[in-house]
Amino acid sequence: MNITMILNGKKISADIDADMLLLDFVRDHGCYSVKRGCETSNCGLCTVFLDEKPVLSCSVLAARADGKTVTTLEGLQEEAAEFGAFIADQGAEQCGFCNPGFIMNALALFREKEYPDEDEIREYLAGNLCRCSGYEGQLRGIQAFLAWKKEKSGKGTEEA
Amino acid sequence: MKYVNKPVRKKDAMQLVTGKPVYTDDIAPKDCLIVKLLRSPHANALVTSVNKAAAMKVDGIEAIYTWEDIPQDGRRYTQAGQTYPEMSPYDRLILDRHVRYVGDVVAIVAGRDEKCVDKALKLIKVQYEVLEPILDFHTAKDNRILVHPEDNWESLVPVGADNKRNLCAHDETGSGDIEEALKNSDMIIDHVYHTKACQQTMMETFRTFCTIDTYGRLNVVSSTQIVFHCRRILANALHIPKSMIRVSKPRIGGGFGAKQTAISEVYPAYVTWMTKKPSKIVFTREECMTASTPRHEMEIHVRLGADKDGTINGIDMYTLSNTGAYGEHGPTTVGLSGHKSIPLYGKAKAFRFVSDVVYTNVMSAGAYRGYGATQGLFAVESAVNELAAKLHMDPFELRMKNIVREGDVMPAYYGQVNTSCALDRCLDRVKEMIDWDHKYPVRDMGNGKVRAVGMGMAMQGSGITSVDVGSATIKVNDDGFYTLSIGAADMGTGCDTILAQIAAEVLECSIDEITVLGADTDSSPYDSGSYASSTTYVTGKAVEKCALQVREQICRLGAELLKCPESEVVFDGKFVRQESHGKLQDEIKADTETAENTKDSTGFGGRRVSLSDIATASQCGNSIALEATVTNSSPLSPPPFMVGAAEVEVDLETGEAKVIDYAAAVDCGTPVNPNLARVQAEGGILQGIGMALTENITYNKKGKLAENSLMQYKIPTRVDIGHIRVEFESSYEDAGPFGAKSIGEVVINTPLPAVSDAIFNATGTRFYELPITPEKIAMAVAERKAENE
Repeated sequence: MNITMILNGKKISADIDADMLLLDFVRDHGCYSVKRGCETSNCGLCTVFLDEKPVLSCSVLAARADGKTVTTLEGLQEEAAEFGAFIADQGAEQCGFCNPGFIMNALALFREKEYPDEDEIREYLAGNLCRCSGYEGQLRGIQAFLAWKKEKSGKGTEEA
Repeated sequence: MKYVNKPVRKKDAMQLVTGKPVYTDDIAPKDCLIVKLLRSPHANALVTSVNKAAAMKVDGIEAIYTWEDIPQDGRRYTQAGQTYPEMSPYDRLILDRHVRYVGDVVAIVAGRDEKCVDKALKLIKVQYEVLEPILDFHTAKDNRILVHPEDNWESLVPVGADNKRNLCAHDETGSGDIEEALKNSDMIIDHVYHTKACQQTMMETFRTFCTIDTYGRLNVVSSTQIVFHCRRILANALHIPKSMIRVSKPRIGGGFGAKQTAISEVYPAYVTWMTKKPSKIVFTREECMTASTPRHEMEIHVRLGADKDGTINGIDMYTLSNTGAYGEHGPTTVGLSGHKSIPLYGKAKAFRFVSDVVYTNVMSAGAYRGYGATQGLFAVESAVNELAAKLHMDPFELRMKNIVREGDVMPAYYGQVNTSCALDRCLDRVKEMIDWDHKYPVRDMGNGKVRAVGMGMAMQGSGITSVDVGSATIKVNDDGFYTLSIGAADMGTGCDTILAQIAAEVLECSIDEITVLGADTDSSPYDSGSYASSTTYVTGKAVEKCALQVREQICRLGAELLKCPESEVVFDGKFVRQESHGKLQDEIKADTETAENTKDSTGFGGRRVSLSDIATASQCGNSIALEATVTNSSPLSPPPFMVGAAEVEVDLETGEAKVIDYAAAVDCGTPVNPNLARVQAEGGILQGIGMALTENITYNKKGKLAENSLMQYKIPTRVDIGHIRVEFESSYEDAGPFGAKSIGEVVINTPLPAVSDAIFNATGTRFYELPITPEKIAMAVAERKAENE
């Protein structure tokens, strides 16, 4: 079957098998940041945005993205680097394999709520597993990022 | 120190957080044959026939291999990544007619894409002669059923192994008269402790791709901690010369010891060697959970004797370890259960440590962070906690009375001297961090929940004494930047960065001026690999020594350019300067093209030549090498120490237990990178908590594992844990680079006894088997209630 979508801002069309998963589709189209950590929708590594909402691309058929917008970390490089730097400053990226899914979902969280509190962070990201960090360094990184953002926006208001 | 003991960002950090394609499956050629494995549904069986005719007809299938393609009388091999001769027995064939656990490999299928391979897998018809399996490891030793009856089974090292008795290893060791020590004790704690075959559960499953290179050699790219051992393993498995194999690793998505065993490599290696076509294998999570290399299940019988005043007189330990169907790491992990738990108690007059490692028909075990010490420390530390409770003594006070101190000889730690140790300071620190005196033992929260605390201590090693080898090559490039080549494997631990920090400290340059090239058997200097907590201590020391040699070379060439004796020059990281003798610096005139007269901000004047100019000069008409390789091994394995305390909230109605606070202090010597050391500790602690509370392994009557996905095997999520707080109480280890010891493994050990003791303090029931699930807690609370009524 033929599908058309906007992948990271670019319109693409492709002939696919009906049972192709969105995860395999985006990897086939060069989006290698999207990882598979399980087959049971448990790990969160394959998180992408489907029409701006985070979904597990291992559990979405590529066909369902027909006519929609799909965004992976490849399409969010600046945001990823800006936020990721705070994770890096904790050394909490460690092996890095869960990072793209975790960062996608964190960015989704910040879009839904600009300054989430600790419980909201934990709840929202509960589906993003990480075996290296024990989550504590990720939490420190997120909180440092939010503090920085707040300070930056505060200054911005003053200047305006 | 300028770069050591500094929390610098990992060199690869920004590439990782922006999701760049740096892992095995990201860089595999697109035309790779897809390799998948047909696995046995039986725990013990002989393959009588395989009909692959229909499967071969599937469009796109390239090859299907079965035991008939592998000489069954050929030399066997081990997949364990260990220094040769390996302690692990040679008990494997690539494909064996005798399959020994549910998941053992029956056939290798290679084809154009996943679809055709999946189809072919379903069409292969296998007939089995099903045999009775050994599923209870208590019955394995001297059972009439043999897991490895074959005559070409081989043990290279005398470890007490005997395949005709299902024994992978047996050992007995001790010091002093243990029976006398126990007889003269006022109190004996006597229990059996049971831990399961927990999974490393790194996020990236096992994966490998292979190609044939320009010279007709097998080029293996794999997610592995052990490139050099892997080359030997593949040569042994395929029966081809090592010279025909190259193994390298890209970024690794976590290892924790799992990738110290060559789990996935042999299959695509065999396919590519046979077909001469590129191939790759990517394990599913289910394969990773059911057919890999988890922790050794152990049952540890501890008899601990003490006086009424709390003095521990002796520890008698018997460990029964379950290596499963194959013996990877079987003979070695078991040793740590005693040798890295008993030495914590330095006042004991005697110890005895006896161990059996048995074969059974379940998934074979392997290396997992902590490597046997984790199991042993759960047993010993739980016994000491129980002793404290029975003596009505504070567990911290009891520890302080008994712990090993700096300078003590440790009879149970191979007789080594405890060269650096801040265990006492770790105890004081953690007691304060967790506010022990206010929280011990338990507080009723008034809502059906109680909050209790528990603690535990731990030690590990820093590399394998006189076995592990670490090497470093440093070369100076034009402009004066350095390339650091290592055979150690950064699996997320950050060793590329840590080793660069050590080099930068010696070379007085920035971290950015050091490029790290990691783990390729063709180009890296030899390294045993990244395991046994060896990289910072063993390879780190090699880097330090190597950088010192490169400094000398820079000075030599610098002196030549300055036309002065080498003894007169110094190198400050940027310039080689001539130190004058009595003369006013300004009076010395430059007489070479590259030398210049200067007076810098510190008032230093004199002749100097920049590193950049030296590097440029080294590439023209030069015969002085600006490159050095240094190899290092250590006759010592200085233990890192750690103390941890858990505050656990237990819901007495539901049995739910949650660690709401975990405080730990680590003595890893100098933390080379405090950020990375801290995250190692936090991550290890949460793995330990998972092992204590949720990560369970259960087999059905046919030997099939229930926890075969992340749905059933519950590793902690971020809502399952409160806060983990880690601080450092550093000793200084003279033998390590800038005083460093290891951190990677010790961190997983303390939560098991600490969480378990907190649950005892919460419920009054002591658990001797992990994990302590809500069901077990709820049942124990109910039983206790019934008893009291």
